[in-house]
Amino acid sequence: MSEAKLMKGNEALAEAAIRAGVDAYFGYPITPQSEVLEYLSREAEQRTGMTILQAESEVASINMVYGAAGTGKKIVTSSSSPGISLMQEGISYIACAELPCLIVNVSRGGPGLGTIQPAQSDYFQSVKGGGHGDYNLIVLAPSTVQEMADFVKLSFDLAFQYRNPVLILTDGALGQMMEKVEFSPQQPREDIITGWETIGKPDDRESNVITSLHIQPDKMEEINIHLQKKYREIEKNEIRVETINCDDADYIITGYGLVARICQKAAELARDKGYKVGVVRPITLFPFPYQTYFELADNVKGILDVEMNAGQMVEDVRLAVNGKVSVEFHGRMGGIVPTPEEILEALEQKIIGGTE
Amino acid sequence: MNEKALIEEDHYENTILRDNTVIQDENIVYQIPKTLKNVDFHYCPGCAHSVVHRLIAEVIEEMDIQSETIGVAPVGCAVFAYNYIDVDMTQAAHGRASAVATGIKRVLPDKYVFSYQGDGDLAAIGTGETIHTCNRGENILFIFINNGIYGMTGGQMAPTTLPGMKSTTSPFGRDVETMGNPLKITELVAALPGTYYVTRQAVYKPGLVRRTKKAIRKGFELQKDKKGTCFIEVVANCPSNWKMTPVESNHFVEENMVPFYPLGDIKVPERRVK
Repeated sequence: MSEAKLMKGNEALAEAAIRAGVDAYFGYPITPQSEVLEYLSREAEQRTGMTILQAESEVASINMVYGAAGTGKKIVTSSSSPGISLMQEGISYIACAELPCLIVNVSRGGPGLGTIQPAQSDYFQSVKGGGHGDYNLIVLAPSTVQEMADFVKLSFDLAFQYRNPVLILTDGALGQMMEKVEFSPQQPREDIITGWETIGKPDDRESNVITSLHIQPDKMEEINIHLQKKYREIEKNEIRVETINCDDADYIITGYGLVARICQKAAELARDKGYKVGVVRPITLFPFPYQTYFELADNVKGILDVEMNAGQMVEDVRLAVNGKVSVEFHGRMGGIVPTPEEILEALEQKIIGGTE
Repeated sequence: MNEKALIEEDHYENTILRDNTVIQDENIVYQIPKTLKNVDFHYCPGCAHSVVHRLIAEVIEEMDIQSETIGVAPVGCAVFAYNYIDVDMTQAAHGRASAVATGIKRVLPDKYVFSYQGDGDLAAIGTGETIHTCNRGENILFIFINNGIYGMTGGQMAPTTLPGMKSTTSPFGRDVETMGNPLKITELVAALPGTYYVTRQAVYKPGLVRRTKKAIRKGFELQKDKKGTCFIEVVANCPSNWKMTPVESNHFVEENMVPFYPLGDIKVPERRVK
């Protein structure tokens, strides 16, 4: 039997990491995600022997992740927007060296030091690479505290299946708010050695090297082609998207994470007023559910994309519908969370008003 | 002898060496360590990196810890250390080798972990990681090659470049008024409670090479104590970027580098456990 608890998103994620049998966490305090490190510092070591280390910076913590993930163990770090920016070089190395790990961004408003309030302005950074070079992370966007917990195990399944870093992109509101959450039972920490790990070279194999340095351009291109092939495979297999009341919909409101829940409320208000409105919620931001939008575009009159930023995912939605219908944007920035009422108003003004 | 004859003779010698028909096991006094890959170094002739690589490989072989050792290569001339030292290795981002080594050691606490870094890597861009790794007393071994210059990028001023020493970015000599004084990071980390064994060595003379090897061995052995960080600086040369012959560069180490960076143990464990 699973047990239900009332918990903050950050703490639920930390609890889920312990239960998923994670081996180590390296991190640095930053609001609004510090509860992850605090919770793990209190709970983890005595329960599972998990290693917890507060690093001297996010730069150090992502490089600790790089080293530790190279041993094939389950490794997590978390931070918030400015700290994630600091990690980008290390994330690029991890992506090129194809190491499985989980990075959590409990994002906040920017640019710069910005604000500690929730925002989604790290979408481009998360899904289009972020650091230098051509690479992709698998990006999961939870919209509930329950998903903050559930996506930890999912992240490791995907990370190890594809040998690719996974990013959970969430925000300060989901990190801080308390909801009911149910946990799956404790999994043991276990070593699954498949041969590539740097754990000490036995006599019967060549020494393993984890590197992202391939100084001959033909070799470096080969690595890039291999990575791109993997990303196409991920796009083919791993798209996750939720569609709500889209079957009869004339209009779509779309958003991810926290915003998707507000969009749902806005869609209910719209239905109360007689508009047939559905909601599309991408769960994976990479791979992005282009096809879902492309198909829906044949049957709807317009799509309103709502984000807590200046308009980032809307570019992918427009790319997806390829001009078939109008895609308008409503966004709030700097840590402001949009209300259902303002979303409805934006829908009426920008989409419904424009199509009738 | 013409070129063809030379090649044939070379081939003949290689063949008898390989087949071991001339050199019998009992006669071998010196050979490539089994833990050093049998490939040509990319290092410049006379460079201390090759010597120190070999010493690390010899120590790993003699201690029989190849299967228990994980190394971390830096950004710098030694970026390809993993092409030579035949142990599992991870190549770190510039300056971050000790953070990477920390990550490895924390999840594999019973393995031997070393980070191999140059002066730009360890004492400029990676100063924060160096200090904090030592301050936490991570049970790893630092091997720090200090040749007072950025070798890989072509001879720019390093944090350890001597006062008045010329480089491509201090073409009139290091002016300590505007560029600061050389950073004696080894003395700095020795002052931290987390360090267990801190020493400064050099490899410009055979006797010093033997001493450096002893220090490296000690650095590996002391990891078993789990009492803190071992840190070995090797004052080294860079003939190419110093624009000297190998011999001249070794003289320069002796006459100019060593007076500024004096050799010897800076911190030794008070009493060896075990």
